[in-house]
Amino acid sequence: MREEIIVSGRMNPMVDPHLQIWHWQIPLYLFLGGLAAGILFFAALFYINGKEKDNPAAVKLAPFLTPILLIFGLIALFFDLRHKAFFWQLYTNIKLQSPMSWGAWTLMVITPVSFIWCALHIKELLPKWDWKYDWLKALETFFNRYKKALAWVMLIYSVILGIYTGILLSAFNARPLWNTSILGPLFLASGMSAGAAAILILSRSKEEKRRFAIIDLIIIGIELFLIVHMFMGFLASTQVQIEAARLFLGGPYTMSFWIFVVIIGMIVPAVLEILELRKFHVPAVVAAILVLFGSVMLRFIIVYAGQASRWLY
Amino acid sequence: MRYAMAVDTKKCVGCSDCVVACQTENKVPVGYCRDWIVEVTDGTYPQLEMEIRSERCNHCENAPCVRCCPTGASHFAEGGIVLVTPNQCIGCGACIASCPYDARFPHPDGHVDKCTFCIHRIKNGLKPACAAVCPTKCIYFGDLDDPNSEVSVILKKRKSKTLIPEAGTVPHLYFLI
Repeated sequence: MREEIIVSGRMNPMVDPHLQIWHWQIPLYLFLGGLAAGILFFAALFYINGKEKDNPAAVKLAPFLTPILLIFGLIALFFDLRHKAFFWQLYTNIKLQSPMSWGAWTLMVITPVSFIWCALHIKELLPKWDWKYDWLKALETFFNRYKKALAWVMLIYSVILGIYTGILLSAFNARPLWNTSILGPLFLASGMSAGAAAILILSRSKEEKRRFAIIDLIIIGIELFLIVHMFMGFLASTQVQIEAARLFLGGPYTMSFWIFVVIIGMIVPAVLEILELRKFHVPAVVAAILVLFGSVMLRFIIVYAGQASRWLY
Repeated sequence: MRYAMAVDTKKCVGCSDCVVACQTENKVPVGYCRDWIVEVTDGTYPQLEMEIRSERCNHCENAPCVRCCPTGASHFAEGGIVLVTPNQCIGCGACIASCPYDARFPHPDGHVDKCTFCIHRIKNGLKPACAAVCPTKCIYFGDLDDPNSEVSVILKKRKSKTLIPEAGTVPHLYFLI
């Protein structure tokens, strides 16, 4: 038996014995951003294809959550920064090779767009709403005229936001668990699924609920496929990625990942949605809440486990 | 100009003088270090083999920390030295997560900190503090593009390795074996 003992004199806080540089702020932001991206995607999609009348919750109601989600996400990100006074440096630089720079600029576009989208629909939510100032009314007419263009911007940027939350992590070659291009599509799918779940909770229309239960079901199927694919990729890759996969296949994150993310967050809600579509009386809210829970857990577990995975030398 | 360092694992005794010299020279906060000692014991008793390495930032040619920095605070200075500009750093931690050698750490002041190859000393014709104090003279430093530099000469003469070259970082910290 070959033995290897490595002794290191290094004990830098937050780096040793293994990386702990990112805490709750980052996974929380990744969830809030992904959820907002999912909601805005469906709002834009059903507006562009002219189905807004059939999907009132998706197009008009659920987007009201997104400015709040994005603002809380931004606050979480701000809390993560250790040199807070210099945060504006993000917006005096464009670094094409840095996913975080892409993310910062994407948020700069999608946050105002989400506010504008809500402003265009506030009269339907609060019929007595009055903009008071003429210039605000002028702005409203202006954006109403270009609403279709706005919806396209929202559609494209919501996909960028959703996929970037995964790419942010997958760009780190130093953390083998994150270093898989599946993470982008997986986080995008998880965000879309969370968005569909949020719409499902808010919707009052039977037709719309049914539609989003089907959408959610399809996305959960895609997520499960991506997860299987991710582990196949890891196990067929280098030693460090095999070790990374072992964190979830017998290692310390096995129970939390498979139980909270896969079973409670994907398989159980999928079964509940199938039962509901088959006309059994299952409250749709239960499935939707489980999907949101699974979506949160996925981010937390991937962010924490990724920091425990490393190159061995 | 490409600055590089070579550490002789056969001569290094792991005394940690380089660590203390760095902490003193660069006013590294207490409890942190920019360079450190790794001792690897390998094999089965009694057939054991030991390697001692003085490690620090590898000043990679293809540095992931420079690539992922959203503000440009992490950058290449003259001679390929990877530096952090504190007043441009927002402390997001991306570069710390991106380093396969875990050579960076969050400075208590908020910005990210790491080895600078003592650029302030090199500019004055001095060696980095760790190389200057090493009692076994096992740390070689110089310009890879200059065939007569200390580091080029020793790398030609001796076998050497870099740490996890398969990470694709092209490190500039060599270990003589």
